[in-house]
Amino acid sequence: MKKLLLASAAGALIAGTAGAEDIKLGISLGFTGPLESMAPDMGKGAELAMKEVTDSGLLLDGSTVSPVQGDSTCADAAAATATVERLITAEGVKGIIGGMCSGETIASLENVAKPNGIVMISPSATSPALSDLEDNGLFFRTSPSDARQGQVMADIIMSKDISSVAVTYTNNDYGKGLADSFQAAFEAAGGSVTVNAAHDDGKADYSAEVAALAAAGGDALVVAGYVDQGGSGVVRAALDTGAFDTFVFPDGMVGNQLVENFGSEIDGSFGQNPAAEGEGRDTYLKLAEEAGFDGSGAFSAEAYDAAALILLSMAAAKSSDPAAYKEKVMEIANEPGEQIMPGQLGKALEIINGGGEVDYVGATSVDLVGGGESAGVYREVGFTNGEMEVIGYR
Amino acid sequence: MDILNALVAFLNFVFIPAAAYGAQLALGALGVTLIYGILRFSNFAHGDTMAFGTAVTILATWGLQAMGVSLGPLPTALLALPFGIAATAAMVLLTDQAVYRFYRVKKSAPIILVMASVGVMFLMNGITRLLIGVDEQRFADGTRFVIDVRTFKAMTGLQEGLALKTTQVLTVVVALLVVWALFWFLNRTKSGKAMRAYSDNEDLALLSGIDPEKVVRMTWIIAASLATIAGVLYGLDKAFKPFNYFQILLPIFAAAIVGGLGNPLGAIAGGFVVAFSEVAITYPWLKVARYLFPGWQPEGLLQLLGTEYKFAVSFVILIAVLLFKPTGLFRGKSV
Repeated sequence: MKKLLLASAAGALIAGTAGAEDIKLGISLGFTGPLESMAPDMGKGAELAMKEVTDSGLLLDGSTVSPVQGDSTCADAAAATATVERLITAEGVKGIIGGMCSGETIASLENVAKPNGIVMISPSATSPALSDLEDNGLFFRTSPSDARQGQVMADIIMSKDISSVAVTYTNNDYGKGLADSFQAAFEAAGGSVTVNAAHDDGKADYSAEVAALAAAGGDALVVAGYVDQGGSGVVRAALDTGAFDTFVFPDGMVGNQLVENFGSEIDGSFGQNPAAEGEGRDTYLKLAEEAGFDGSGAFSAEAYDAAALILLSMAAAKSSDPAAYKEKVMEIANEPGEQIMPGQLGKALEIINGGGEVDYVGATSVDLVGGGESAGVYREVGFTNGEMEVIGYR
Repeated sequence: MDILNALVAFLNFVFIPAAAYGAQLALGALGVTLIYGILRFSNFAHGDTMAFGTAVTILATWGLQAMGVSLGPLPTALLALPFGIAATAAMVLLTDQAVYRFYRVKKSAPIILVMASVGVMFLMNGITRLLIGVDEQRFADGTRFVIDVRTFKAMTGLQEGLALKTTQVLTVVVALLVVWALFWFLNRTKSGKAMRAYSDNEDLALLSGIDPEKVVRMTWIIAASLATIAGVLYGLDKAFKPFNYFQILLPIFAAAIVGGLGNPLGAIAGGFVVAFSEVAITYPWLKVARYLFPGWQPEGLLQLLGTEYKFAVSFVILIAVLLFKPTGLFRGKSV
């Protein structure tokens, strides 16, 4: 952006000769599969940003943006790869919002997006494995890496004077990545992990898994799972057999569903999830409501931000070519510049077209660090008297 | 005290869950074995019959709850059970008329009936999902525990807690009642004797004036009742999810085959053998060992197999029995 300050009005005029085009953006999310309940609100979030930009008529001389949806299935890497392949080669998309789950994202990025040089911004893939991936500068994410969450979780547990915990994780890239990063952080802080065992989702009964965790012992149980899947099953079985009564819940578990399932049975437990707080989020929720969907759905705001980042970067690069605009993503997302909230994409485009700088804050307080992932503010929550309450932000 | 603690840990984590699970498997295996004994084929659709029956029962339970009916400390689903059984019986009688009867009249080889039942399985699979969806449903209401961990600890002062869920007691009690009723029916009533006669020798039964179609109908109705009861108990104790009822087919067949296919007593024994092996082999004995041998500090959890391999246990039992004792523990028909 700094260099852009030097760009003159003449520069803008030259870019203007490029002419308007119809830019296609792919949305590759798990519309079927284990997270199918989250995908629709995420897709709508991304489409909302695209519509906003199209309506403003300010992107690359009034170019329009149209979404192309693809089903990444979340669980099936081969299907996700095929979907992204179709989006890129058949539909000719200029960028992709996706994938949804970490394993599938790695596969489609490595096999298709990277060879074709297409930018992917994932709203929800949080595995630490994605941080170190050689991505040619093509991959970004608007959600924080679980390595960061593991650190935050270890800090929170330590602050409660709990020094030994058992860990169970859902048997996939997300669960394993989070559990491992947590174990590393927790042990570095002087705590001990008695057991770090997987559980499979979709079982009827988790008493066997809980028996193993109970045998290993520990003062609390960290459940790195999904609230509408095995995670709740594990908590249920642990409560029923009296194996554990204090639980630590990472982002996949923290939600109203948890309180609905367990009420006051989990009093004294605590957890954390990525917290988008403040003005940006409130504005986004309102925008979503006007557009007729629920913006508070998990990762919906992140999807909006992913699409907005791609489009603003295109404006800054004065080109919809991924090879050009990928260089601009970090500049748009971070300071300095005028702060941009959801619903102000038109204003942002005006500033960019006028040669100014923007700092995209968006719905989730976007701030990209490292290889292009959200720094992540976490909200610490506790459970008392059957209610979930926010304790603070870390 | 330590021995008591070890005993309580064993009861809490091994005996009680395995006994409840065993009763559920036994009821499922009884249905499979009955169909095998009388209709002479392995009914692969049994798991999904269980799912269908449970789904209808859940819908009826919701209806009853909406009307404000409840059983107090017991789950409302018990009241809804007759609806589930009736619907499932109608369903299997319909499939019998539409599918199996055709092959029975032609006297097709058992394998053809088995394959037909696989088709029926997929169909029922779909119907159940259309009816209630793919999601997990919890429909147990009433009192959750007979004894919960906190009360038990306060009562006894032991370190280990013991939890006994209402659904676990219910499972075992209902299973006992059903088994008793079934044996009484098979051994004492005329229809039951007709069924056994038909099972022993079809042609001889025909000669003595037994109506085969009636026997077949009766078998299906009993199998449907057993399937629905087993499914509802399993769903009450754990949770209802259509896919799990497809998975439970393997342990059920393992149980039926271990006991001896076609032998009702064997099905019950087989159910408990499979359940106890699954739980005992995947249970980490560290906790129990620590109480029994205080001086011993073993490495690891003393767990023979990870819990992920639970279903592998049924497979191994199945293969071992088929290799060494193909007719099962209780001399069923050879397979």
